[in-house]
Amino acid sequence: MKKWQTQVENRRARLQRASDICGEKVVPADRMRSLLENVIEPGDRVCLEGNNQKQADFLARCLAQVDPARVHGLHMVQSVIGLPEHIELFERGIANKVDFSYSGPVGTRMAQLVADGKIQIGAIHTYLELFGRYFIDLTPRVALIVAHSADRQGNLYTGPNTEDTPTIVEATAFKSGIVIAQVNQVVDILPRVDIPADWVDFVTEAPTPHFIEPLFTRDPAQIGEVKILMAMMVIKGIYAEYGINRLNHGVGFDTAAIELLLPTYAESLGLKGQICRHWMLNPHPTLIPAIESGFAESVYSPGSELGMEDYVRARPDIFFTGIDGSQRTNRAFSHAAGHYACDLFIGSTLQVDLDGNSSTVTLDRIAGFGGAPNLGADARGRRHCQAAWLKAGRESRGQAKGMPRGRKLVVQMVETFREQMQPTFVERLDAWEFMENLGMELPPVMIYGDDVSHIVTEEGIANLLLCRTEEERNDAIRGVAGYTLVGRERSRSAVENLRDRGIIRRPEDLGIDKRMATRDLLAARSVKELVRWSGGLYQPPKRFRNW
Amino acid sequence: MEHLQFQFPGSSDRQQDKPAVLVGVVSSGNLEVLIEMAALGGGSQIHVSTKASGFAEIWEAVITDFATRHDLANLMISINDGGSTPAVVSLRLDQAMQEFLGMPS
Repeated sequence: MKKWQTQVENRRARLQRASDICGEKVVPADRMRSLLENVIEPGDRVCLEGNNQKQADFLARCLAQVDPARVHGLHMVQSVIGLPEHIELFERGIANKVDFSYSGPVGTRMAQLVADGKIQIGAIHTYLELFGRYFIDLTPRVALIVAHSADRQGNLYTGPNTEDTPTIVEATAFKSGIVIAQVNQVVDILPRVDIPADWVDFVTEAPTPHFIEPLFTRDPAQIGEVKILMAMMVIKGIYAEYGINRLNHGVGFDTAAIELLLPTYAESLGLKGQICRHWMLNPHPTLIPAIESGFAESVYSPGSELGMEDYVRARPDIFFTGIDGSQRTNRAFSHAAGHYACDLFIGSTLQVDLDGNSSTVTLDRIAGFGGAPNLGADARGRRHCQAAWLKAGRESRGQAKGMPRGRKLVVQMVETFREQMQPTFVERLDAWEFMENLGMELPPVMIYGDDVSHIVTEEGIANLLLCRTEEERNDAIRGVAGYTLVGRERSRSAVENLRDRGIIRRPEDLGIDKRMATRDLLAARSVKELVRWSGGLYQPPKRFRNW
Repeated sequence: MEHLQFQFPGSSDRQQDKPAVLVGVVSSGNLEVLIEMAALGGGSQIHVSTKASGFAEIWEAVITDFATRHDLANLMISINDGGSTPAVVSLRLDQAMQEFLGMPS
């Protein structure tokens, strides 16, 4: 007789063993390590919550301290590998395999562990892809999650950084898994319920509040004139021309410059109400001036941002907030929104080849992708029409016959050289050598060239939609690749020909006066000025304060 | 510190009595550009002092493109560079030239 309840029975057995450690839902912090040793079985698939913002750091520490004789061979599934404890799991043999999206500052140590055979990488995913697999072939047996607070029944309040929590809990709790949450405090009454108690098995009050990183804060003081010039080109040559109103910005100084030019440069071009009205974006502090001056009308976020809590709370017409007034975020829904409901994605990268493929992989560091592959990809399943989407589709089709359709604008915004004169444009991505070294099946490409519509550098805009042959595409990319080796190998006549046809556009072709590209054009030139724009509601973390 | 020098023949020997122009500051990743008139028989000279050594070939490409973009005549241009990318150099040179041309003779 085939048994159909093995997972349910296994769950019951785990809870039985847990009751030897603690009979309550609220577990004392000092018993968490033993609880994990009793609840987790060797070879389990375990999801350790942590994104590039909030981290289940206490549970990560407890897991890194379990006895490897009892708990070993774990298969970790997690958005981000970002804490030293995540690395310790592999160094101590507690875990040996990982499927993930992004690795932060520990990327270099991770590359070493892979070389030593201590980590087997399943795959590097984009967020939505990894979340999708939680419901198909990477469903966690145990999820270790993080919330702001819990009540004694185990209801959870995530606060503004809801992020990945609902997705992880959904996949685990409804497939007979075990959900354990760390919280900053256990309280009698929660401001709101983000995760209902019957989806949560155990809660513990961590000795210190969970780690959270202000990942999306860019200090305007560090935005130079080249970025300002590029931002002017994007606003005039792309946002205005396509009428971009539904968009997502990557994280970085390039796109922060665009945000800070909306109330000044874009306003002077009469573009308020014409561009940038609806956003899928973390609450970037550099977006405050655009919100205050009436450019941005709505913002839906995958996560919040430290210091922005009171500002968001005071602007519920703009942001999504709960009945308690604070922001509610959701990474999975945001990335679905970014994929299907936005007409444009713009972001930066480390390397671009002549076909427009881009990668953030370097030989000694495993960086991962985050959301870029999903946000920076044409949504083939999209059916609703917007003017920008239709125009991009028309440009891409040219005179071709057959079924018309629109397409997403995917813009890569890069300076031709990075710091230490590292060229952004290369003949061959480092990703190829990385693939060979790691025995991967494909090079880790962040955004494929055939999804890219425009490349913007300090030299100008290359519109790849208008290129009709592979050769034209290569010439167009060389034509904006500046003084990199790839750029210097351009044919001047080919580039002039592309310029005549509007495939390459220089600042002067766009009617941009380079003398205007100064820091005076930024709506805010410092974090302090952002605070002033917010009427004192934005409270920057200490490291961004220098007054 | 690396010192580079470039010379360009001019198309005319026009003499204008314009005041010198200085734009930018020398700091990490930035540079200052000084443009002044000089009696060079129509030709122009560009002097580069840069903190970053080993990029002479790229400097030559950047400076040659700059000279092609603008009609240089009897100009002495001095560049004091704190290790800027070619993007910053080109932008600063164009800004300096626009500033210089905008000056009353």
